[in-house]
Amino acid sequence: MSVGHSDSDDDEGDGTPKGGQGSRVATGQLARARTVLRRVMQNRFAVFGLVVVVALLVTAAFAPWIAPYEPTEQNYDALKEPPSLEHPFGTDTYGRDVFSRVVFGSRYAVFLGVVIVGIEMLIGVSLGLLAGYYGGWTEAGIMRLVDISLSIPAIVLALAIAGMLGGGLFPLIVAVSLVGWRGFARLVRGDVKSVMEEEYIESANAAGLSDFRVITRYVLPNAASSIIVYATLTIPTVILWSAGLSFLGMGVQPPKPEWGAILAAGRGDIDSAWWIATFPGLAIMLTVIGFNGLGDGLRDALDPRQVR
Amino acid sequence: MTDPLLEIDDLHVHFHTEEGTVEALDGVSLTVERDEVVGVIGESGCGKSVTAFSTMGLLQSPPAEVVSGSIRYDGRELLDLSDDELDGIRGDDITMIYQDPMSSLNPVLTIGHQLTEPLLAHRDISKAAARQKAIEMLEACGLADAERLMDEYPDALSGGMRQRVVIAMALITEPKLLIADEPTTALDVTIQAQIMDLLRDLREEFEMSVLIISHDLAVISEIADRMAVMYAGNVVETCSMRELFEAPLHPYTRKLAESIPSLETSVQRLPTIEGTVPELIDPPTGCRFASRCPDYIGSECDEIDPQLAEPEGIRDHEVACHYYTDESDAEPPWQIQGVEDQ
Amino acid sequence: MIPVLIGVTLVISSVVYLSPGNPAQIALGQNANPEAIEELEAEMGLNDPPHVRYLDWLAGAAQGDLGTSVRSQRPVSEMIMERLPATLELAIASMALTLIIALPLGVISAVKQYTWVDSLSMVFAIFWISMPSFWLALILILLFSVNWSIFPISGRATPVFTATWLMSLALPAIATGTRRAGLLTRMTRSSMLEILNEDYIRTARGKGIGDRAVIYTHAMKNAMIPIITLIGLQIPLIFSGAVIIETVFAWPGMGRLLVNAVLSRDYPVVQGTVLVYAVIVIAANLAVDVAYSYFDPRIKYD
Repeated sequence: MSVGHSDSDDDEGDGTPKGGQGSRVATGQLARARTVLRRVMQNRFAVFGLVVVVALLVTAAFAPWIAPYEPTEQNYDALKEPPSLEHPFGTDTYGRDVFSRVVFGSRYAVFLGVVIVGIEMLIGVSLGLLAGYYGGWTEAGIMRLVDISLSIPAIVLALAIAGMLGGGLFPLIVAVSLVGWRGFARLVRGDVKSVMEEEYIESANAAGLSDFRVITRYVLPNAASSIIVYATLTIPTVILWSAGLSFLGMGVQPPKPEWGAILAAGRGDIDSAWWIATFPGLAIMLTVIGFNGLGDGLRDALDPRQVR
Repeated sequence: MTDPLLEIDDLHVHFHTEEGTVEALDGVSLTVERDEVVGVIGESGCGKSVTAFSTMGLLQSPPAEVVSGSIRYDGRELLDLSDDELDGIRGDDITMIYQDPMSSLNPVLTIGHQLTEPLLAHRDISKAAARQKAIEMLEACGLADAERLMDEYPDALSGGMRQRVVIAMALITEPKLLIADEPTTALDVTIQAQIMDLLRDLREEFEMSVLIISHDLAVISEIADRMAVMYAGNVVETCSMRELFEAPLHPYTRKLAESIPSLETSVQRLPTIEGTVPELIDPPTGCRFASRCPDYIGSECDEIDPQLAEPEGIRDHEVACHYYTDESDAEPPWQIQGVEDQ
Repeated sequence: MIPVLIGVTLVISSVVYLSPGNPAQIALGQNANPEAIEELEAEMGLNDPPHVRYLDWLAGAAQGDLGTSVRSQRPVSEMIMERLPATLELAIASMALTLIIALPLGVISAVKQYTWVDSLSMVFAIFWISMPSFWLALILILLFSVNWSIFPISGRATPVFTATWLMSLALPAIATGTRRAGLLTRMTRSSMLEILNEDYIRTARGKGIGDRAVIYTHAMKNAMIPIITLIGLQIPLIFSGAVIIETVFAWPGMGRLLVNAVLSRDYPVVQGTVLVYAVIVIAANLAVDVAYSYFDPRIKYD
């Protein structure tokens, strides 16, 4: 299990996996990759995470073949039926098959997780690079922006943005991305600042390489491993937030089979039909455990200062 | 003759790391007699500090594991003691001075708190009396304004002052055995000399045995009666201070001694010897010095682990080298004479 | 501090001004006549350029006037003050729960590293971290309220500091706190492990003062410093979590006010609530800074 000094959470920077000992030496990269893989495979929790994530991806890709029913297909002859062989997770108030809805819901989870983390990464890494590389006013301005964003509880800000934009898939993506980038910015800035102290950056500058070349060739590769780890650990947070906003009615709208939305719809029936809300919740939990396990494993494997 | 105060016998310590098992101590044997100062010298990584920490029961396990051997203090087997039982001895009868004074004091506790702790734990003494004793000890360690220092935090002190505090902390219970692990390495040269003078004076004042560890012969030669030379997890030679310089036996020790022209010219670091210390993960069989040895004599060096023993005709001087065992027909040409001359 | 607060007001106001929809129209409903809408627009200052609107609002906010709700026509500050105690209660209770669970568990895991205690608490931590709080809330309601009728299903019982109030607070606080507790357990463990590897801990062990003194006096006092940082980081997250949990339990706090205001596009209320949340977080961070100087002798009051 992980012993790292940082744990990732909802963005707040504490999650910053300390910068990996970059990969500036090209030789031995393959050996390094093999070491990382071996360490991940030795970590039971990481292997479990990997299996869950692969299963999630497979489910999302083959949802129409896995799900026995259409996710929005209503059946008034089978309302709120408890789990059975026919409906493994039961049916909801419209007679829709909860299992099929949960299976299709994996598509939203994967899509939201990947797209939102991608956008956060794009914004956060760019700003972090600028702040760390140029320092001075650029850095002060960007870090002030991070401070401001950290002062507003994440869900509060995301809720306001998503709600003001009217709710729905697109506002959800915008809202969560605009809140979550800060973690990447802080992480990358820190990494860049430590890389900048290395001599080879100075010699690269002295050799007349453009800033862009220096950043892409030397700075970014050194921050890459910690960015990958952080991204993996941010996906579960993003999935939780998205589900939370959808649950509040500010994200993906019913009848679309997003997990948070299914849960919200089953909320009123928790006393009479527990299965409607229970199974999407379990799906979220399993997914989050999976990504956390994988991310922890990657971090432990990539961080050579790890105490084991 | 009474038992030795400390007797380490055939101690094997392994570290289990991701890369494999590091055989850090490969049968270390060492004794400290009552009222004797024993110096341990060797390159970094040779197992000096591991030996010290094993004695104090301070090895972190995992990754460290004491595989076999024995450490007897005053006739008691320390390795058989529980942590609680050991706590009755360490910090009281056996104390230790650590290498880096910057990191060995707790930054959030006052000097006074840290200094009185061993007394309060091991003696039936009031806080006021402990405080008084601590102030005296700080003064004995050459710290002015001891009263005020008691309420300071370590951050307010320089490295040299901190090491004096660490020494005061080690001596406050008037231990029978003091282990000093590179006590001056982290300090600059002028402070080093002061600290060594202090240690020598205090050791006479308190009549304790000392096990002092260093990679710096000059440091040890000032204080030690007897020497143990360590190489790659083994003690390769033990002898008096004088013999170390005048009649060293082990090829490794000879290299050390050669590099120091005389006792008077000090401040000599260990000489560089060609080759590298062998990997302690899957170390080579036989003598661990074989690959660097200038007097390599043949296959027995690669195959048979030399044992520490007195060569024929030499007393109070042990060496682990095939030159002096039955396996070897070779006559060590360079030294026996010198010994006989004595 | 002040620049951050001004930055926060800018962010909130931009969100509000940039969002589609006409507040006057919303206030009067779909069928209002155009003259009335125009009149209200003028009254609300909607025809002013954004920077004028912002400065007006900021000047008001500085004096505690956060405007008037377009839905209820009540002063926003009054609406928030009504809700603030409930939110603070929930946040403090959740935080207390988090600390009570996480600190001992994290410390024990670190001290007993590699033992079953460590493994078990880490498995629990992962479990709690990964559980969506709103789902946990529903499960808690199902079990403890519906099935076993131990705690009320929802709502906040008054007056405060009574047994019934505590009962009504229990489930929301558990639902908000567990995820934080899981996280803080892991982080406490890491911090503690790092400290236990320090040289001065070895020095302390070498004094033969016993494990307890080594851990509680030497390690804990140092561990408190990083742990306070971690606690500080949890504060905004507690409020984040509480927003959703308030909604599930119909807990009459600011979170529910915000959700309803967002759903009904009650702009002044949204603006005011977000600002108050930010003020709370900033104040809490200040408190954390003060706590540092208490635990770390290296930080002196200047």
